[in-house]
Order: sequence, then C-alpha cells, then structure tokens
Amino acid sequence: MDTPVRIEVRDLRLAYGTREALHGLSFDVHAQEILGIIGPAQAGKTSLLRCLNRTIDFTADARMTGSVKVDGADVRQVKDVFALRRKIGMVAPLPVGLPLSIYDNVAFAPRCAGVQRRDELEALVEHCLRQAALWDEVKDRLHTLGTRLSGGQQQRLTIARALSHQPEILCLDEFSIAIDPVTTMRIEEVLKELRRTVTILLVTNLTQQARRLADRTLFLWKGELVELDRTEVIFSEHPRERRTYEYVNGMVG
Amino acid sequence: MTDVPFQEPTSEVSGLEAGRPGSSPGGAAGGGRRFVRTAFVRRKERFEAWARGVFLAMAAAMIVPLVAIVGHLTYEAWPSLELEFILDVPRRGMTEGGIWPAFVGTLYLVGLSLAVAAPIGVLAAVYLNEYARDNWFNRVIQLAVINLAGVPSIVHALFGLGAFVYAARFGYSILSASLTLAIMTLPVIIASTREALAAVPRAFREACWNVGATRWQTIRSIVLPNSISGILTGVILQVSRAAGETAPIMFTGAVFYKAIARGDLFAYRLDEQCMALSMHLYTVTTQVPNVRESVPYATAVVLLASVLLVNATAIGLRLWLRNRKRW
Repeated sequence: MDTPVRIEVRDLRLAYGTREALHGLSFDVHAQEILGIIGPAQAGKTSLLRCLNRTIDFTADARMTGSVKVDGADVRQVKDVFALRRKIGMVAPLPVGLPLSIYDNVAFAPRCAGVQRRDELEALVEHCLRQAALWDEVKDRLHTLGTRLSGGQQQRLTIARALSHQPEILCLDEFSIAIDPVTTMRIEEVLKELRRTVTILLVTNLTQQARRLADRTLFLWKGELVELDRTEVIFSEHPRERRTYEYVNGMVG
Repeated sequence: MTDVPFQEPTSEVSGLEAGRPGSSPGGAAGGGRRFVRTAFVRRKERFEAWARGVFLAMAAAMIVPLVAIVGHLTYEAWPSLELEFILDVPRRGMTEGGIWPAFVGTLYLVGLSLAVAAPIGVLAAVYLNEYARDNWFNRVIQLAVINLAGVPSIVHALFGLGAFVYAARFGYSILSASLTLAIMTLPVIIASTREALAAVPRAFREACWNVGATRWQTIRSIVLPNSISGILTGVILQVSRAAGETAPIMFTGAVFYKAIARGDLFAYRLDEQCMALSMHLYTVTTQVPNVRESVPYATAVVLLASVLLVNATAIGLRLWLRNRKRW
C-alpha cells in the first residue's frame, strides 16, 4: 500500500471489568480504502469501532490500553474529543432517527459544531441527503419527523447524519441488518462513490458484503486479529489461516 | 360442550382427544391436528376467566374508596359549600365563616416549596441519570436520596424546626415551612424525574455522541424535550403531597389563626406565619368547640378539590405533551 496511513492501531486491548474483549490488536488502515471487518458475534467488532471515536468512554467499566492513532494523533491524548468524533462518522446497526425533523436530524451535528448560518446548513443538509441517496424521497417533507420514515430510509438518514459533520473516516457497523436487500445495494453503491474521498471501515456479518466492497478484509475472532489481507486473498482457497477459510465458507461461527 | 368452533364435521370418535398433548399422533397423520377443545383446554380457559375476574375486581375496587370519600364529604359539607366559603374569613372564633386565610396560606406554602424543590430536584436528577458514573460518591448521593424519601414527615418537621426556624433564624415563617416541605418533596421529584429521563432510549444518546455532541447538547436537544411530560407530571403530583402535609408546617410556620382581609391574595409576607388548609382542618375538627358541623367537611372538600384539580391538570398536560411525542 502506498497511500498514507489513516489509522494506526498498536497492541489495542480493551477490558470490560475483568473480561477482556480485545486481546492486543495491531493493524493499519490506509487512506481511501474500504477495510472490511468480519467475524462472528462477540468477536469485538463493535468494541473496536467504539475505541476509535472514544465513545467507549461512555461505558463505565471499559478500560483501554495500547494505542490508537488517527492521523498520527493518539485518540486518548486528543484535546478535543468532539472534534475527533466529528472526524469519524459512525453508523450503528439499527437505524436511529433522532426524534427531530429530517432536516434537524442532519443539521444536528453541524449545529453542535457551531455552524449557525442558514444557507450553509441548508446546502449541507441537501448535500448529505443526496450522498446518502435519500434526497429525492424526502425533499418535499424535510420538516416531518425523521422517526416516521421507514427502516431503510431511517438507515440512510443515519448515514446522512454520519456524513453531516464531513468525516474523513466512516465506520459502518453492520449497517444492513435491519434493511432490505434493494436498499442495501443502493447504499453499497453510495459507499463505492464515497471511497474516493473517505476512508471506510465496514463491519459486517455478511461476508459476501465484505467481498463485494472491501479492498482489504480483517478477520476478528474472539477479540483477536486472525488475519488481515487483501480481500481476494481472504476469500481465496488459500488464506493464511485455516480458521479464515472455514469462517468465510460458513464452516464455523 | 355446546360450542366446539373449529372441529371438523367429519367426526372421528377420538376427535375431542386428538389435540391433547401426548395423545397418539397416529390418527393425526391422516386428518391433521384438529383445533379441538379438550378437557385440558377447557380447564385453561376456566382459569383464565377466573384470573381475569379477580384482577378486574381488585382494580375496580379502587373506585369504591374514592367515590365513598368524595360522596361522604360532599354530603356532609353541603350546607357550607358555596364560593363565599372560600373567599370569606373565619368568624365567631372560627366556628363559622370561611377559610380564605388558610386557602391562601396553602397556596403560598405549596407554591414556594415547589419553586425551590422542582429546579433542584430536576437538575439533581439530570446529573444522576446523565452524568454520574458508578462510583462511591454517586452511590452516596443515591443512598441519600432513597433514605430522604423514607424519612417520616414528622421527622422532617423537627429538622425544619431546628434548621430553618432556629439555626438559619428564619423564625416561624412561611419561608421555614416551605423549605421544610421542599426537602420533603425533593427525593420524590428526583426519583420521578430520573424515571422520565431513563425512558428516553439510550440509542438516541449514542447517536448524538457519535456525531460529536457533548452531553449537555444531547440533553438539551434530545433528552429533555422527550421527557418533559414525565418530569412535569412528577413535579405536579408533589403538589398534593405538599398541600396535604400537616406536621412539617405545624412545627415551622403554620398557625391556628391569622387575621387577614377577605379575598386578599397578597395577605402574607414570607417571614410571617400563615394559616393552611390541612392545619385548619385539624384545628376546626379537634381544637375549637361548637364549630358548625359542615365547616370541617367543607374545608376537606376544598382541599381535596384543589388537589384533584391540580392532578387533573397534570394528566391533561401529560396527554397533551404525549401527543407531541415523536417516536
């Protein structure tokens, strides 16, 4: 890889109380790539993402050691954690429309960051909704409640919100588990479009989704990194680890 | 036996038994399992009906005391019930006349105590629910709140006497009495507010944190707007408690009798003592001889009606705010 390193994870360990969820992960994420993260439940996929933007802070008994650097800055040393979180867009598994209007859902993050000007907000909202392939469906009812949208629409609204603070890194945590295949494909098209400007971490249960989208794929198993390689290698007949082969071919997990 | 709704007309002899768990599936292979009422199903239905009946009866029984109380009070109070009873001052050594000084006094006490307790309680609850981590300090606070709620009102009264009347030198006054009532209602306001806050799904908060919102930005734009109906209801319901308590104000600022003008809404100063409805009820019932019979009952009706009116407002407000709820 010749593109610069965006995220550098070194010996990352995470413990909830006495139970260790991540057992020392080390890997890099490069600029403008899609990194697929696969692994069964309890593998630590979500925990890993929460370490990146430090929302792990909101879990009282979580203890994080090792280092995570985003663009060279250790996330645990950053002065403005809110700026760090704005740099990283995060999409949760279940769509969460905030109980606000569609417009306010998308304008929420910029407002929190201090953007006040109306024309600026309006342009931003339209841009993000277009990026999330939702604009055409909602442009006539921007001031109705976001929570009244269908599940698939709400998930695209969530993506629009994650893009609204103009992140340079986008983390998607199993974004497709609550939406239909057609919407999933539309969002995947959106992601392919976004990869040119944004670094994407795609956590997914659907190994085929990683195969379709990811440049490289990382296989997590019970909190340890089993294998990280180019996606073709992971899904080939001969990945380095036997467990990888068995998992992506549905023999374990 | 009369109605077996789903039984097929082609009657095999064992039809009634075929649906029973554990019965031979041999016959079922041909005709499929029948939806029949076996003895087992009938027994379940009997229990179901019986259980529902018992629960309903217990719930319905709640109506009886309310109707009995209101009915009895209104019947006894009838000769005195008119607007004049509220507006007039007590006459002839409190044996006749109205209750205006007590009515206004209660308004003052309840209003001032809530003005103190509501902001403190709501803000404390926001801290406990939204900010507090699970450490010893916050556990001490929570323990304090729980125990404060369990302190009997007469003990609050004694504390108010020592703390506000003597130590803080507020004297026997509306101020002392209101502060005592405020301390008494605080823990309940905190508890009800926390419940309202906890009803807002955590997913909303996480969504806000993920886009870089601070806790306060999250609370202001998402948590509070969606829990305000529950918070207000909890606060308003404390009106009835504050209005009904006698012991705390008796020790700290309520008096048997205070001469003020009829219909005067601004009769009291905060450093004065006042009359109060609950106290007045006690007085005219037990302390004053030869009171006109309907006066205590009418006093109780006014107290009860005021409280029910406030509660009804709370319910209406809750319904109104809930219709605007957004998820």
